[in-house]
Amino acid sequence: MSQWIYIGLFFIVGLIIPVGAITVAWILGPKKSNPIKKTTYECGIETVGESWVQFKAQYYIFALVFLIFDVETVFLFPWAVKLGQLGLFAVVEGIIFILILIAGLVYTWRKGMLEWA
Amino acid sequence: MSFWNDPLKVAADWLLGIFTGWGLPEIAAQILIGFLGVLLLISVLMLLDIFLVWVERKVVSRFQDRIGPNRVGPFGLIQPFADIIKLLIKEDTTPGGADKVVYNIAPMLSMMSVLILWAVVPLAPRILGVDLNVGALYIIAAGAIGTLSIIMAGWSSNNKFALIGAFRQVAVMVSFEIPMLTTLLIPTIFAGSMGLSAITEGQNVWYVFLAPLGALIFLIAAIAELGRAPFDMGEAESELVSGYNIEYSGMKFGMFYAGELLHAFTFGGFWSIMFFGGYRFLGLEQVSPFLAIAVIVFKAFIGYWIIMWVKYTLLRIRIDHMLAFNWKFLTPLAFTLLMVIALMNALLAGTSTWFYVSGMFLSNVLLAWIAIEIARSYSRKEREKMEGVKRVVEAHH
Amino acid sequence: MTGEQIIFLAVALFTLGSGFMVVTTRNLIHAALWLISTLFGVAVVFAILNAGFLAVVQVVVYIGAIAILFIFAVMLTRKDMRDQGPQTNQNWWVGALIAVLVFGGLVFLLQGWNGLSKTAADIPSGFDAVAELGNELVSPAGYVLPFEVASVLLVAALVGAVYVAFNRK
Repeated sequence: MSQWIYIGLFFIVGLIIPVGAITVAWILGPKKSNPIKKTTYECGIETVGESWVQFKAQYYIFALVFLIFDVETVFLFPWAVKLGQLGLFAVVEGIIFILILIAGLVYTWRKGMLEWA
Repeated sequence: MSFWNDPLKVAADWLLGIFTGWGLPEIAAQILIGFLGVLLLISVLMLLDIFLVWVERKVVSRFQDRIGPNRVGPFGLIQPFADIIKLLIKEDTTPGGADKVVYNIAPMLSMMSVLILWAVVPLAPRILGVDLNVGALYIIAAGAIGTLSIIMAGWSSNNKFALIGAFRQVAVMVSFEIPMLTTLLIPTIFAGSMGLSAITEGQNVWYVFLAPLGALIFLIAAIAELGRAPFDMGEAESELVSGYNIEYSGMKFGMFYAGELLHAFTFGGFWSIMFFGGYRFLGLEQVSPFLAIAVIVFKAFIGYWIIMWVKYTLLRIRIDHMLAFNWKFLTPLAFTLLMVIALMNALLAGTSTWFYVSGMFLSNVLLAWIAIEIARSYSRKEREKMEGVKRVVEAHH
Repeated sequence: MTGEQIIFLAVALFTLGSGFMVVTTRNLIHAALWLISTLFGVAVVFAILNAGFLAVVQVVVYIGAIAILFIFAVMLTRKDMRDQGPQTNQNWWVGALIAVLVFGGLVFLLQGWNGLSKTAADIPSGFDAVAELGNELVSPAGYVLPFEVASVLLVAALVGAVYVAFNRK
């Protein structure tokens, strides 16, 4: 567990540095705020319409496909670690695993889920 | 043992002696020493980050056939310090309607996600932050925190452009994580471990000779993860006016910008660790750990230079082309490469080194050639379809 | 109390606090962000138990994929992301009663358990968790069949998602 304590120290120090830098900037900077400074930026003109964008459903589809393949690749990591010492049998098992998921990718592709439009 | 051979242990023992001499319990002294070590490493990294700003501006200016900053100090070396002073004394504004807490946390998380990457980088045979045995996945975990900070920045800015930029950037980053994970599996197979120091120690032959296609795919995926051109959908200067960091100014923007440069340098380092031998170079690392540090920093700079070279040469790719390239070409290619390497590794196990290396290398080249042929024939068919349509349209006039 | 127990208590308090904030905060995106800190707390608990692989997998899969999916889903379905509807409905007292009863039951059941004061057993040195996991996933006497079935399960999830999305197009 001592390893993870050092990782925790890295997290803490890694958080302190940007917090410190931004705090220093907050202390040193002028604080003359006025309403115009607080308006939203839109290429120098007044904003048109609400700042809510029609969210394309396609983003969600890509995140979903990514999730499936992420879990798959994470499964492959323990397999890869032991691959050097196991025989052809383990390789074939892994190849079957990957092939099933590539079949899933091809299915998604053919159904047109990977198009942006 | 002398200081030059094992500086970390000598310094740690000396400090331990001092701290226990002051009456601290040993466990607290250990944690304090660890804290000081982490502080030292991160301070060096921040100084390096400042230097990288200068490097980036000089290199981009040379690519664009101009000189770059040369007024402030010799060769413009003081320029980044002037930039930092400017960023520090800017006003800390928050746009109206923005979500204050999330808006302020996002740049901090972005910088933190880069700094924690250096916990697992092996700088020398016995100098590294933590010898984590899951180092390769730890890199991806830190990247996940970075992805999160981009969504937080884009959403909390209460700005259309920021939102679109953040969504696109996250879609790209998340998509290209799959080829990156897959190519990270390749050094894992060769080294038999996910730990970065084990991967470095296992490279008697650099892994780039065993899996050049893997190195190439890792580089492409890394450039997409970094959010740099040609994949910089998040910042798309000509399209989205700075994307997810529109509403950020002053030091918060500085955190995003400096974080991105340090991230690029770090991934140059990871590319060299995974495929180019890390701190190993013809046995130099056995001579002195400082030489090993110099070797890995040099290799990281070469990787960083290649990443900059790509950025300042290629045009930005359209978002749907980017995603199609990833899901329809790069991901199947990466998985096929993984299967081929696993198979060849099992078939060629136990043969002589030369046979193994050349067998792996040739199978990679063969796979790359097949992939390019498939892509070429597909594009030829598409082009002929377009030609056919054009001819029909012309015949009508 | 050993240092490990103190660290565990602090992390557990953090995780529970974040979980509490997930269900009580009014802003949906804030709820998603509190969920992320809860998941991070769980990853830290895995690290305390020396399950390093599971800790990084928790961050990579849960925070890096599932939390992002949650945020995308919230942004997809909410017209105004600062929606602030009423937090409770009329029958909130039924929910509270059931929660208190379940909590009381669990406390009663766990009173006789001696695991509350135990610390995790030390793992023998040289035990490489990831390599052992790899061995188990691949050996026929181990988990190879669930390994392959997991891939089929993932493809089933993918096909289901495609079917649902396709119909809507």
